[in-house]
Amino acid sequence: MTNPPIDLPAHTGSRTTRLLGVAVLVGVVTMILLGFFVAPEDDLMADSVRMIFVHVPSAILTYVAFSVTAIGSVMWLWKRSVWWDIVAHSSAEIGVIFCGLTLITGSIWGRPTWNTYWEWGDVRLVTTLILFVLMVGYLAVRSMDGDESAVATRASVVGIIAAVNIPIINRSVEWWADRTLHQQSSITDGKLEDWTLFTMFLGIVVSGVFYTWAMTHRFRIAWLERELRDGDLGEAIAARRAEAAASGGVS
Amino acid sequence: MVSIVSLQGVVALLGRFPALAGADLEVGESEIVLVQGPNGAGKSTLLRVCAGLLRIEAGWAEVLGHDLVTDRAAVRRSVGLLGHDTALYDDLTVEENLRFWARASRVEDDAVPAALDRLGVAERLRDVSVRNLSAGQRRRTALAAVVVRRPHLWLLDEPHSGLDQSGRDLIDQVILDAAAAGATVMLASHELDRTLDLATRHLTVAGGAITSDERGSRNPGGHDAA
Amino acid sequence: MLRDVWLIATKDLQIEWRSRVTFSQVGPFAGLVLVLFGFALDANRPVLLQATSGLFWVTVMFVSTLAVQRSTSIETTDGARRALLLAGIEPAAVFVGKSIAVAVQLLVVEIVLLAGVVVLYSAHVEAWGLVFATCLVATVGIAAAGTLLGALVAGVRARETVLPILLLPVLAPVLIGATRAFDDALGSVAVDGWSWLGLLAGFGVINVVLGALSYGVLLEET
Repeated sequence: MTNPPIDLPAHTGSRTTRLLGVAVLVGVVTMILLGFFVAPEDDLMADSVRMIFVHVPSAILTYVAFSVTAIGSVMWLWKRSVWWDIVAHSSAEIGVIFCGLTLITGSIWGRPTWNTYWEWGDVRLVTTLILFVLMVGYLAVRSMDGDESAVATRASVVGIIAAVNIPIINRSVEWWADRTLHQQSSITDGKLEDWTLFTMFLGIVVSGVFYTWAMTHRFRIAWLERELRDGDLGEAIAARRAEAAASGGVS
Repeated sequence: MVSIVSLQGVVALLGRFPALAGADLEVGESEIVLVQGPNGAGKSTLLRVCAGLLRIEAGWAEVLGHDLVTDRAAVRRSVGLLGHDTALYDDLTVEENLRFWARASRVEDDAVPAALDRLGVAERLRDVSVRNLSAGQRRRTALAAVVVRRPHLWLLDEPHSGLDQSGRDLIDQVILDAAAAGATVMLASHELDRTLDLATRHLTVAGGAITSDERGSRNPGGHDAA
Repeated sequence: MLRDVWLIATKDLQIEWRSRVTFSQVGPFAGLVLVLFGFALDANRPVLLQATSGLFWVTVMFVSTLAVQRSTSIETTDGARRALLLAGIEPAAVFVGKSIAVAVQLLVVEIVLLAGVVVLYSAHVEAWGLVFATCLVATVGIAAAGTLLGALVAGVRARETVLPILLLPVLAPVLIGATRAFDDALGSVAVDGWSWLGLLAGFGVINVVLGALSYGVLLEET
């Protein structure tokens, strides 16, 4: 066997990712301390208010991640940018985790607050559920057989279809529910305690740093996989030509 | 010599597999080019590249004056490809299929009866559903759909397969007529005993490249060589 | 362009007229759904009447996946996709033509279903104009989104499972909007049905444009 055409690193870490990783760890520990011990109970929501430390940041990152996927999808179709294609794929994988977290924390929070795990009248949760199914569909398309660029093209079209349809899905759910149970105002109406607000914003920052950290690693893995394959392609062409030389003597 | 097909170092991928790995070829007007080679050598891929259906990964290609690297869609209207699939709709009759493909290719409808006649699928087969045709009749219908388009470049992938003796003779005649009328024909085939006499050139494809290129027993234009 | 749209649409409809594949699958299925829900909810006729518009459109959603699958397989079974490219037809024309054919088939199914709910559930239609307008506008959106996603999964092994996963969530606004409009037309819930038509029309326009723009890249590369 020939050697791999490039030197593959043993891991995908670097000084920056280690720094980001440490920041995430410190952030999570701080979040736990602040969330459970410093931030007070809410007058109305009692202990369940603590769910927003995970819920709100996850929800924000879900939509950030999926926006990145949508942008990446456009860039693949427009510029054939492999870089953006990998970004789109990686972001969808991480986004689906955030999306799942949003749904789980949302429904756990809903149990004591609305007295039900799932409230169909809640526009944002229902929209997010549909987005979740679409993201799972996107990843299903990603895992389909076929050649690499065909899969990328199919997935990009799914990403764009989802991105274009999400606003109209949201609008339809909103009209359908006629109202929303969602806590829209509690963040801005000053009802939340200072420490609660601070912890939540810290949660957003920590989630953002985690997203960046995970994206970097996921991207590098996918990039290296592709490097390996491109190396294979060069070899494959050589092997294919050798095949020609071998049979050239026969005919 | 007017260059009809011109390939230089063409690499084309099927998935990640380099089906063509640096093919060079020049084909001129009215030539009948036999493409031979073992299974998986890249014959079909070569024809599909010439039809503007496959992206060219590396190299340079021009067919009928269209640059395939920058705009491979432009050449499609002027080529006729008979592949392994016959591209016929099972639930339509022979004539309906032909009329559909004629209209889709912007050819006059009155070319249809002539093409049906030419391939011997007129009379009693005309109104039969393609689903009920034999493999050979299906093949003839598919070739009729190529004939009706009057392409400048004919790309035939194993045109003789599944046909009886009279069908094979008919195909040979159709090919000769096309070349005599100024079209260029490239056919991939294993049936060397028939096609060697038919062709003006014999190419051997192996390992995704053209490994030999010999003059055939016929001259371009349809006259037998001395 | 219009000529090609017509050519593709009539070709697909002619094939369906000959083979009746979609209708022979869909007819019994739709009838069965109506009867089964009738059994399940009949003990409570008001509930059945309230659920009628939802049942109607859920059935249409499922039917649409079957119709789209058939519409796609027409082109993939014998390599006609490649031949369409070689013929030089604009992919957008193929998309619109195939969407029209799917829409026409769905409209036929909807008429049959409508007769079914009137006869079996004794649904009382108060506003026929709204019913027909809803069917028309909603079906355009369903057919467009379906045809696009059908081409997206064409030729893939898992297409039968992937298509509903992708199509049904995208169709959520149609399910919601058309159901609400029907609620109004059948008089089961007091809402303004006509205002929902705007949303359905928006969905239709967006997905027709999206399909016309991206069908080519799918036809070309997959």
